[in-house]
Amino acid sequence: MATIAPPVEHAGHPLVDDRSFIRKYIFSTDHKIIGIQFLLMSLLFLLVGGALAMVMRWQLGYPGRPLPGGGVLPETMAPGGVVLPEFYNSLVTMHGTFMVFFAIMPLLVGVFGNYLIPLKIGAPDMAFPRLNMASFWTAVPAGILMVAGFFVEGGHASAGWTGYAPLSADPEYTGVSAGQQLWCLSLIILGLSSILGAVNYISTVINLRAPGMTWFRLPLSIWSLFITAILVLLAMPILSGALIMLLFDQTLGTHFFLPAEGGQPILWQHLFWFFGHPEVYILILPAMGMASDVIANGSRKPIFGYHSMVFAIMSIGFLGWIVWGHHMFQSGMNPTLATSFMISTMLIAVPSAIKVFNWLGTMWGGSIRLHVPMLHATAFVAMFVIGGLSGVFMASTPVDIYIHDTYFIVAHLHYVLFGGSLFAIFAAITFWYPKMFGRMMSERLGKIHFGLTFIFYNMVFFPMHQLGLHGHMRRIYDPSIYDFLKPLGGLNRFITISAFLLFATQILFMINFIGSWFRGRKASNNPWDDTGLEWTTPSPPPHGNWPVTPRVYHRPYEFSSPLVEEDFLPQDRELDTPPARAGSAPGH
Amino acid sequence: MTHAVTEGSVMLPAAEAEQGAGVYNEKLGMWIFLLSEVMFFTALIGSYIILRFSNPAAWPAPGAVLNIPVTAVNTFLLICSSVTMVKAFANAQDGDQRMLRIWLVLTVLIGASFVGIQAFEYNQLIGHGFLPSSGLYGSTFYTMTGFHGFHVTMGVLCMIYVTAKAFRGRYTPDDYRGVEVIGLYWHFVDLVWIILFTIVYLI
Repeated sequence: MATIAPPVEHAGHPLVDDRSFIRKYIFSTDHKIIGIQFLLMSLLFLLVGGALAMVMRWQLGYPGRPLPGGGVLPETMAPGGVVLPEFYNSLVTMHGTFMVFFAIMPLLVGVFGNYLIPLKIGAPDMAFPRLNMASFWTAVPAGILMVAGFFVEGGHASAGWTGYAPLSADPEYTGVSAGQQLWCLSLIILGLSSILGAVNYISTVINLRAPGMTWFRLPLSIWSLFITAILVLLAMPILSGALIMLLFDQTLGTHFFLPAEGGQPILWQHLFWFFGHPEVYILILPAMGMASDVIANGSRKPIFGYHSMVFAIMSIGFLGWIVWGHHMFQSGMNPTLATSFMISTMLIAVPSAIKVFNWLGTMWGGSIRLHVPMLHATAFVAMFVIGGLSGVFMASTPVDIYIHDTYFIVAHLHYVLFGGSLFAIFAAITFWYPKMFGRMMSERLGKIHFGLTFIFYNMVFFPMHQLGLHGHMRRIYDPSIYDFLKPLGGLNRFITISAFLLFATQILFMINFIGSWFRGRKASNNPWDDTGLEWTTPSPPPHGNWPVTPRVYHRPYEFSSPLVEEDFLPQDRELDTPPARAGSAPGH
Repeated sequence: MTHAVTEGSVMLPAAEAEQGAGVYNEKLGMWIFLLSEVMFFTALIGSYIILRFSNPAAWPAPGAVLNIPVTAVNTFLLICSSVTMVKAFANAQDGDQRMLRIWLVLTVLIGASFVGIQAFEYNQLIGHGFLPSSGLYGSTFYTMTGFHGFHVTMGVLCMIYVTAKAFRGRYTPDDYRGVEVIGLYWHFVDLVWIILFTIVYLI
């Protein structure tokens, strides 16, 4: 490794940017632009996924009544505005598919993996910038194919986002053939995009850390994105393999998942959940890491138990591989095997609880700054606790047999995926927005958005626990045809109205996001008084990030350090007199 | 290391030794990508094992449908291409441009003939009415060998690109990254074939 030039102003390459518009903003190899491209794309899909959920909620709250404004939908989806059962099945499937694969996953991994990794480890760009561009531009056709499914004959895929065979494998069961094939094809292409991204993230973190950025000086956001990238790398190819077999069952007449010729539907479930459970941690680990960054900043204290946080991330990443069977307790399983899956699942509560207590320990006694990112991050911790605890309920086989396939599962899933991941994403977007766009978001609008989202979100999803315990099945088209669900009609309408309010609240976020882009107050280099390397470069950072490679002297999160006058000690600040401090680890 | 390390201090000198895996990016990236490939073939081979164990009657005796001698020759060819790849790599390290080009061209040719023989084999099998829809045997055979063939084809295309660069003298004893990285992929694809040949054809 060549020695690094001394930090002289404008030494090294002068960061002159003479790229054409297309090279700069469209086919860019700059990790920051690619991150922003992923951000805009996945926010669009978040909106689409949300809109699909609204149509579903209308049907559940007011079954058989014409959807307001639903007249624009074609006859094959909702004649006269009344949602057809077949279309409802597509809505269920595509809401899940868009949210998991095209919204939350790219928001966490595609956006912040790209944007934060080089900036936080002190690298000029990714290890493979062109591969990075390829990763985004393979995700785009995947998204187009997935949207195209709505417009083909027979409608879109309707076998659920889990695509259970044989429902998904034989068009006879759902009446959908082209839609289901597009669904498979799109996810195979998206898997390739994710794998390319993961190769890039892992190589970058291993090879491109700035001098002095040792493993245990990495911020927790980078640790979690690194472990997540490993999970993506190893889990996505399993899904790709399974989807290829499914696609062949649909098109080439193979028999992998069709029982008539000896194929096994349960094989699909094993493959899907062997991918699917690591996927669950792909969707939460980066959220945990970024929330850790924001909570340390908002508490003005070093993160409590940094090393235990790192090991907790690693153990969650590992345990995620040996718990997939808990999705299949009802699929027919040797009870002894079910017990072992139950125990391994419950074990995950241990590292998760370590993380929760460390977040609380970080906040405890801190001089808390309740800025918008911090509000979202605290909400993340609280909601993750609720979602995590209901997860322990479902992990125990006897309880799961009762609540299996009910709205209790829907409530749990949304408490971790919306309450957990999405609140952390809001925290991350509002926290790094000034760095991305060079302008501050409106703090007042942000607080109103946070407050309303938090209230309406709980009004939507908390009552779903109650629906589930009453036996309300998920994925049903019309609850009003079941006598035992009739008393729940009022609760269903309450949830529907809350869901509309929750969706409407997001308009505030859109106004804030787009408005601040043009009208926001100019952001300084370090508006949050943070210690990370990304705050030492201009907002937005130039192509190449720094004129000279920064050097790192401190661990992350040195807030309220007695060594400096300010209450934060940036990782790259060299102190004149290195004071000896007992007990601190030398380097790593 | 030129910088002094103050034991137990919060401010440590920038330690260059901490950086990286000691492997250049492209090689590291290829190893990481191959891990992903391992998982992909694990999905296919794992499904094959599960389907076959739970339904052994769906598999005819080895050699009853498939032409083992032809594929054995093909397997031998692919193993030879790994040898030529190693020779190409060794000559890239030594800077012998002429031999590097010869060995790379040989590798491309052998790789392409592997794909050609596989296409011939598919043609024969389909002519005899053995299709992907011919029971679990046909499903697993075509999916597994087909995706391996796809990997070999991709490898041959990349190898042609590397060979073209070699003819322009882009590989020197100081920088032979392209040859080494494509070599890693090539050996991996070769290794996968040995496993597939054993479990699909011989057992």
